[in-house]
Amino acid sequence: MNWGSILDNTLSFMLSPETIGFMLAALGLAVHFGYAGLLNFGMAGFMAIGAYGYAISILSFGFPWWAAMLVSIVGAVIFAILLGIPTLKLRGDYLAIVTIAAAEIVRLLFQSRVFDEWTNSADGLGGYHDSFRSANPIPEGTFGIGPWEFTSDQWWSRLFGLFLVALGLLLVWLLMRSPWGRVLKGIREDEDAVRSLGKNVYLYKMQALIIGGVLGALGGVVIALPSAVIPQYYLPSLTFFVWTALLLGGAATLFGPILGAVLYWGVMAFLAGLLPAMANEGWLPMSSTAAGNFRFVLVGLALMLLVAFRPQGLLGNKKEMTFVK
Amino acid sequence: MSSSSPDPTASDAPEAADAPLSQDAAQELEGIDEDTVVETLEVEPTHEIHHATGLATGPGAPGVAKVDPILVADHITRSFGGNKAVDVDHLEIPRNAITALIGPNGAGKTTLFNLLSGFDKPDTGEWSFNGRSLAGIPAFKSARLGQVRTFQLTKVLARLTVLESMKLGANGQRGESIWQAVVPPLWKSQEREIEERALGLLQKFKLFEKKDDYSASLSGGQRKLLEMARALMTQPEFVLLDEPMAGVNPALVQSLLDHVLDLKAEGMTVLFVEHDMHMVRHIADWVVVMAEGRIVAEGPPGEVMKDPAVIDAYLGSHLDEDIGVITGRYDEEGNRLP
Amino acid sequence: MTTIGSLRRRRSAPRASGASTPAPGPQHTSPWRGLWLIVVTFFVVILQAAAPATAQGDGSQVNVEEHDQNIVANVRYNNEPVAEVRVVVSGGGYEAEAVTNERGQVRIGVPTTDPYEVLLDEETLPEGVTVEGENPITVAFGSQFFAPANFFLGEDVRETASFMSQFIERFFNGINFGLMLALASIGLSLIFGTTGLTNFAHAEMVTFGAIIALWMWNLGLPILLAIVVAVIASGLFGWSFDAALWRPLRRRGIGLVQMMILTIGASLAGRYIFLIFIGGGTSQLPGTGGVRHQIFGPVKLSTVDMVSMGLSLLVLLAVSYWLLRTRIGKATRAVADNRQLASASGIDVESVTRIVWVIGGALAGLSGVLWAYFRPGIKWDMGVQILLLIFAAVVLGGLGTAFGALIGSLVIGILVEVSTLWIPSDIKYVGALGVLVIVLLFRPQGLLGRRERVG
Ligand SMILES: Nc1ncnc2c1ncn2[C@@H]1O[C@H](COP(=O)(O)OP(=O)(O)OP(=O)(O)O)[C@@H](O)[C@H]1O
Ligand SMILES: [Mg+2]
Repeated sequence: MNWGSILDNTLSFMLSPETIGFMLAALGLAVHFGYAGLLNFGMAGFMAIGAYGYAISILSFGFPWWAAMLVSIVGAVIFAILLGIPTLKLRGDYLAIVTIAAAEIVRLLFQSRVFDEWTNSADGLGGYHDSFRSANPIPEGTFGIGPWEFTSDQWWSRLFGLFLVALGLLLVWLLMRSPWGRVLKGIREDEDAVRSLGKNVYLYKMQALIIGGVLGALGGVVIALPSAVIPQYYLPSLTFFVWTALLLGGAATLFGPILGAVLYWGVMAFLAGLLPAMANEGWLPMSSTAAGNFRFVLVGLALMLLVAFRPQGLLGNKKEMTFVK
Repeated sequence: MSSSSPDPTASDAPEAADAPLSQDAAQELEGIDEDTVVETLEVEPTHEIHHATGLATGPGAPGVAKVDPILVADHITRSFGGNKAVDVDHLEIPRNAITALIGPNGAGKTTLFNLLSGFDKPDTGEWSFNGRSLAGIPAFKSARLGQVRTFQLTKVLARLTVLESMKLGANGQRGESIWQAVVPPLWKSQEREIEERALGLLQKFKLFEKKDDYSASLSGGQRKLLEMARALMTQPEFVLLDEPMAGVNPALVQSLLDHVLDLKAEGMTVLFVEHDMHMVRHIADWVVVMAEGRIVAEGPPGEVMKDPAVIDAYLGSHLDEDIGVITGRYDEEGNRLP
Repeated sequence: MTTIGSLRRRRSAPRASGASTPAPGPQHTSPWRGLWLIVVTFFVVILQAAAPATAQGDGSQVNVEEHDQNIVANVRYNNEPVAEVRVVVSGGGYEAEAVTNERGQVRIGVPTTDPYEVLLDEETLPEGVTVEGENPITVAFGSQFFAPANFFLGEDVRETASFMSQFIERFFNGINFGLMLALASIGLSLIFGTTGLTNFAHAEMVTFGAIIALWMWNLGLPILLAIVVAVIASGLFGWSFDAALWRPLRRRGIGLVQMMILTIGASLAGRYIFLIFIGGGTSQLPGTGGVRHQIFGPVKLSTVDMVSMGLSLLVLLAVSYWLLRTRIGKATRAVADNRQLASASGIDVESVTRIVWVIGGALAGLSGVLWAYFRPGIKWDMGVQILLLIFAAVVLGGLGTAFGALIGSLVIGILVEVSTLWIPSDIKYVGALGVLVIVLLFRPQGLLGRRERVG
């Protein structure tokens, strides 16, 4: 077993666009669930809209990369409004089911042959990278140390992603220490009480849904930046993975989503190296493919253990438990 | 937006009228003042007496018009399945007075509160607050107009500290707009004012020491206090309190009653639900009795409690004792029992 | 990164010849108009099998290299090949499409030897021409690695009649599908009603039943016995799921939202355990995709369809009887109505909960078997494929009401199947999910559910 390369891959993946995209998506989910108490299980839908909005704007309409990102943001806002109108008045469990359904509707539409001209249906989109890469200010070449050695283009998408994460963190930090954030937290605790104090609960929830949704869409964009957009990626399980990352770090904390995303992908990358290698060595009674899939079993178990035994996550305060109802 | 905040000095009722009333109430609590009780027992209801309360324009009867109503409701009905929980033909709540809403369990008091405050929608009905129709208005808007309510089962904001919950109550906050929220200088000064006001109220409600604790850690009585104080942060004109004294330690009841009386002194109107007739008798200026969804009686406390319809509603038709007996503290003469 | 990056270009090349660029031959419409003979299509298997893939990239040969098995479809009209017709192959989660070449033929590679559905897109036919025979055609591989599908074309003269008959046929299909959904959703609804648990792992209980049936059959049991064993095993699974996980957690007083996320974790874990055990492929139960008999009018049902519908109806009637007439059934409804109240009035809530888990598990297992026949095929994630439809059915009826779930299931089943008359079949679930969202817009408590009280 090659421990060196497994470790190398793990460390490298902790700074991958996918990890960074997860940071943004988990931060968005923290706004939804951690601060506003909205059980949004449709994050994959926001991520898909971000990614497709970006790719389609470039491929079908020839937009520059930054305009394509604006399209993603606008798409996420529209989706949040459409999703919010019927759902924000619903009870928690209904909200969870309906948001999953809405995200699935989005995915099925992107996957359908009906819009093949723009979405390329089940095969997805690729080849939209030129515009973003042409804006790369980093000189050609390979930089970095150890596991974090990347080419100029690779650095560009990572640094840009981290820049968005920093912006997102600043925004969430500013909002959550303001009276606006106080109303939001109040809604999380008991929306009827907040309503009785004259706050337009529906409006606040909608604003939270939009902000978190835009963060999720940007997460989708960051993940898609250097790779491709494939509809099968945006299954409900993607949402569950983001949830796992969020609950790992701590839902109602500022840095919880960031830490959670890094740890989630660190562990996943580590297991992706370790488990098949163990199977190959004969230490696991399964094929190496099966061993690779075994880590998703572990994700499921980790999600269960977290929720049952440490609902406040790694960074959360025990007194400030995430679940009240 | 803050049009609702009343100015105590500009209130309609003469201050002189308020002060003795609160004193009376305080005395009655001690069980000293027997005059008022005897009076209501001996004197048959007449127009003059009703006019003496200065609230109603006629004798105490369901739906009687008020001199200066803050809230007027008409034909409000609400059914759950086949069960008509509320069926109120006409109701007026007098301004700058304490009105008690009483009635047996399941009479529809909470449901009526829910309807008036916009938390539930009636099957039929119209009601207006300060002459402004509230039918179909969402709950948060009617709260903004100056009509706030509390809940029978307290709704504390568990993971907010006591002070945060209080500050949440204040209305017209600039920092509650998402655009201004991200620029702290825009709302910091207002925040300081709100905090001062919140701390003042907490002091008054004896919750100051708890200000940095999570609301979840408060006791049942403290929660009732917090909920009331939080409602007052909105500077309302009309407060609807759903059993503010229920489950509260007798030691706290005294201070809660004082708070309710203070509200009136500050020019507010109070409508509250209470099962303890003793308390109703001593702080209410007017009593509305509900049974099976309907208003069965209305009038000043002493008189209403002698109303056969009320005794009926509570005890069944074969008993005709004073309703105060229920609390076990008064005999039929209105004397406190040892 | 680069391989994925070139995806679009690689993919769009064959596509362009089919959709956007004008085809070389002008035989698009004119030569076909006015022809009246019903035409039989035929195929020359040997020739095609032997013929090298001459026209790679012309859109008629798709995934031929990637997979060992090929489906060959021929489209002919008046004994002449028809080009530029879109043919879609789907089944077992795989889907591919191709456009016929000048010889009126497509060749599509498929990953397994399971039956596939071959659908001719009538929109792409020349004007005035329609498919006369079956469309889609279900093809099965024998011992060979290729399978033919022949489309009979004829003049488009019976448009209205065929719409009505299509409607009736899909309506029946929808009832079949809805009954199968009902089995799963009643269990889900009862579990929700009695414990408040929104059980996402119900999907895995569905898959579990199908997998056990397959396993038993592989062990040599006759299929009916295998199904009975699977249903019993599913009931036991439901019981042990509750006993091992949910009962202890209920005792600890864990909140309902936490419990819901726990079920999501369990669902993920369970699904991937199935994947590890049975792999990513699709396996069939015996008797899948049999001959379809004409029942009456346009309604054609296979034996399996009929047995499945009959069985569902029987079981649903039994469950209804149980809920309405037996003591435990009534107790179950009482608990579903109000757990505290039922407990206070002397009902043993825990034992009712246990029974509900057993029955919910057994029903889910049975619906898994039927779903395996309906899809067709058994796959590790077959349960989650219908989980949202089950939820949609339950929510439509109002969470926690068993009969609401039944009605909701039928509505969803029929809607999904019938809607394909107007919308492409690859978004047929969108309609059902959209209805879910819209119903909740107007009735946030579900169709039959009750509103909660405030204050
Ligand atoms: N959401 C609801 N669904 C069904 N029935 C309801 C609902 N809310 C109230 N009811 C019924 O309406 C009637 C009136 O209830 P309400 O809560 O208004 O009584 P109340 O006067 O406040 O009683 P209490 O003094 O015990 O608080 C009761 O019979 C109650 O069961
Ligand atoms: Mg009440």
